[in-house]
Amino acid sequence: MTPLLRETASQTAGPYVHIGLAPKAAGFDIFENNFGPVLTTPETQGQRITVEGQVFDGSGTPLRDVLLEIWQANAQGRYAHAGDRQSGKPLDPAFRGWGRACSDFDTGIWSFETIKPGPVAGRQGILMAPHVNLWIVARGINIGLHTRMYFDDEAKANAADPVLNLVEWEVRRKTLIGRREQRGATTVYKFDIRLQGDDETVFFDI
Amino acid sequence: MTDQTTLSVPPARPDDEYLMRDPASHPPAYAPGYKTSALRSPRNSLISLSQTLSEVTAPTFSADELGPLDGDLIRNYAKTGLPIGERTIVHGYVRDQLGRPVQNALVEVWQANASGRYRHKKDQYLGALDPNFGGCGRVLTDEHGHYVLRTIKPGPYPWRNRINDWRPAHIHFGISGSGWAQRLITQMYFEGDPLIATCPIIRTISDEEQVRGLIAQLDMAATVPLDSRAFRFDIVLRGQRATWFENVLQSNAPGEPQ
Repeated sequence: MTPLLRETASQTAGPYVHIGLAPKAAGFDIFENNFGPVLTTPETQGQRITVEGQVFDGSGTPLRDVLLEIWQANAQGRYAHAGDRQSGKPLDPAFRGWGRACSDFDTGIWSFETIKPGPVAGRQGILMAPHVNLWIVARGINIGLHTRMYFDDEAKANAADPVLNLVEWEVRRKTLIGRREQRGATTVYKFDIRLQGDDETVFFDI
Repeated sequence: MTDQTTLSVPPARPDDEYLMRDPASHPPAYAPGYKTSALRSPRNSLISLSQTLSEVTAPTFSADELGPLDGDLIRNYAKTGLPIGERTIVHGYVRDQLGRPVQNALVEVWQANASGRYRHKKDQYLGALDPNFGGCGRVLTDEHGHYVLRTIKPGPYPWRNRINDWRPAHIHFGISGSGWAQRLITQMYFEGDPLIATCPIIRTISDEEQVRGLIAQLDMAATVPLDSRAFRFDIVLRGQRATWFENVLQSNAPGEPQ
């Protein structure tokens, strides 16, 4: 058998992940260019949205030291990556589709400013409903957690989504759906993540 | 790098799927010795998801996004002089499980200073802050998957877990490879540190071979005489398995030629 190297073991991001991955958000001015929670520029195409939530532990307490990253397709449903060769979906030079956010140190609320992604071709060409991929790390999380947020105003697409349908327990699918709220001119999708408990979020082994 | 596997494996295509993650290579979500994991570990099984474009793609970073000193922790926060502590080079290769170099991977690091203190508002340890040391850096791997950082060796520090737990000297690493499925955070330790044997965070990993993989070795060949010692820390990200005979990830899409 061809020998494979073993993947380097994961270790927790620990309590001070912010100084490493988001120093500016941690009040620490060191890099000129900072990666942050705003994925858009004025030139970005698509509907502006805010994705916001909290991450709760098994006692129902919000994590105030969590860090999240999101990765998503552009408004046309195309990822800014050489591996995405879907035809008829132009790249948006003003959208990378990636961001990272820290939770607020008091409230635990985190948020991203982005655009609503378009649908992406799934396996065997079955279209996936619009979704945002999330990755969650913090103290006490030994290996980063992967999940997805879908949109509650895409009921028809969600019903046909091959990944949502992979979740055998229909009651758990709702943990993957962001809820739309209108706040003045801002469209917010609320997406709370529960690490444990009755409504534990679905996490994926990808 | 003269690793045999590097020479015999064809290059990955950017939409190749990643090999299944082996849970035995990693700590479990809940590890009783690391108390904080008790309430922060999912109780349900992860749902295994056949990869799609969402998992095999990932953000791409370019050198012009990083500053020239971002990878030099000795200089990137120096205000009035040089930081105090042991001048240390940390370098290594980022490869995938098939031994292929992972080029242009974003390697981000953060650490305590020589006193074991982080420049973070939540760190209240008695160890002194160093006005000339920030404790974070980042660099992209080159075409061989190689990265180099320069820093001060971090100090060990106590933490609240059991009554008297100490973290061995360590540097946190975050690595962004070519696919979202490769995203990894880990910690690097230093050869010979006696605290490694009893650290509850290291002991979340039950496989000794995997623990050894996190311990950087003194690398005399890379040491700069009269200047800095060097440590070698290689990182392995998940490998891509070829999908030569079927392009399941995006074929048969509406209007898509096969």
